[in-house]
Amino acid sequence: MIELKTPISEETIRALRVGDEVLISGTVFTGRDVVHKYLHEGGKLPPEVNLRDGILYHCGPVVLKDEHGQWKVTAAGPTTSIREEPYQWKVIQDFGLRGVIGKGGMGDKTVAACEHHGCVYLHAVGGAAQVLAECVKSVRSVHFLKEFGSPEAIWEFEVENFPSVVTIDSHGRSLHKEIFAQSQEALAKRL
Amino acid sequence: MDLLKESLIEVIRRTSAELPEDVRAAIARSLETEKKGTIAESAFKIIERNIALAKTKSQPICQDTGTIIFYIDAPLGLDQIAFEETIREAVKEATKKGYLRQNSVDSLTGENDGTNVGPGSPVVHFHQHRSAEINVKLILKGGGCENVGAQYSLPAEKLKANRDLDGCRKVILDAVLQAQGKGCGPGILGVCIGGDRSTGYELSKQQFLRRLDDRNPNPELDRLEQDILKTANELGIGPMGFGGKTTLLGVKICAANRLPASFFVSISYMCWAYRRLGAVMDSTGAIKSWLY
Repeated sequence: MIELKTPISEETIRALRVGDEVLISGTVFTGRDVVHKYLHEGGKLPPEVNLRDGILYHCGPVVLKDEHGQWKVTAAGPTTSIREEPYQWKVIQDFGLRGVIGKGGMGDKTVAACEHHGCVYLHAVGGAAQVLAECVKSVRSVHFLKEFGSPEAIWEFEVENFPSVVTIDSHGRSLHKEIFAQSQEALAKRL
Repeated sequence: MDLLKESLIEVIRRTSAELPEDVRAAIARSLETEKKGTIAESAFKIIERNIALAKTKSQPICQDTGTIIFYIDAPLGLDQIAFEETIREAVKEATKKGYLRQNSVDSLTGENDGTNVGPGSPVVHFHQHRSAEINVKLILKGGGCENVGAQYSLPAEKLKANRDLDGCRKVILDAVLQAQGKGCGPGILGVCIGGDRSTGYELSKQQFLRRLDDRNPNPELDRLEQDILKTANELGIGPMGFGGKTTLLGVKICAANRLPASFFVSISYMCWAYRRLGAVMDSTGAIKSWLY
């Protein structure tokens, strides 16, 4: 198990390889469909949302306010990443991301951006909303809550030992591509 | 009506937080079959921990609490209008309590009013039966797995799939290949052979009301179910598409008549977080027993 702490250096990212299991600690920002489209269309981020050397999490959490008015994350697994494929490369390039957490993998444009800019795709276990919510120690801030709605807002999480697997590394490898090719071949033999 | 509403909220809470026993058993068996020390095994361990944690904390297994699909077996004379209104109230309340995520978005404006109630949400199917009891079954189906569903029209030339059972087999396995891990596998397939485009998908979803360990009474469909399950698990896609031995946990197939001109095969994919529960209620809305 490899420990990753934000902010993350390019060197640390380049040392990661497909199949590595990592535990993430530090700051993670959520951003999914609406955020990606917004940024792609030139939307601006508030200054507090600093993604440089940081991690973006494809997640629409369930967040409630407790009796003291504090945000409490009650479910926070990853959402399907491939929907962000048209936009992700540019977000990696423009904002200096070092990691993208999601599920289901991403396509060639993201693989190329990871290789070029020194970023990795970190696959969390889809559906594991409780295990992953336990890793969220606090909510530091939320942005665009009213405009985008709760699942689509940018939530700033403080996380500890958040488990994930490197499935796209910064050397052009994608586990998703490899598994697709292998399974396609296996299927061809069985038709 | 208050009792009914409370019972419905409880059905929603349990469905969101607790997987049915047949699904848990299938996941436990799969964990055993994966090779030790692989990322597939790690994924299953996280899944198992998650299932236990959700139940203990009474919180959603998955943050995508999904399309809310009710299937109601209603006695003759039940006021379905009032019943549906109570369901909508229960959904609003369950959302406030965090059993459901604020998960329903106006498709034109993008607005999420945070209630989960609006045109098309929740989905309620009524079916009359001659018993005095009310069966309330609920499926919560997440968007990730819904997105990998597929409908094929046979013949499908690219896949060399003709209008026969072998053609059906080819397109169903193609759907598994295309889905990879994107639908949060290991998944469960609900399939309808035939029907029109809308009933085909609808009947494919209704297959998720079946228990994982049941067998299809139609021997031909039973053979096809077993064959698809075995073949899919030889493809090496594995949990989350990480590679591994468990790609599917189950396959359920039904057939419906079609027009001579149409031959649809409709495939719905359910994620491992297979949220399906139900309760038997009396006419006051009190829960008499749990289904599944």
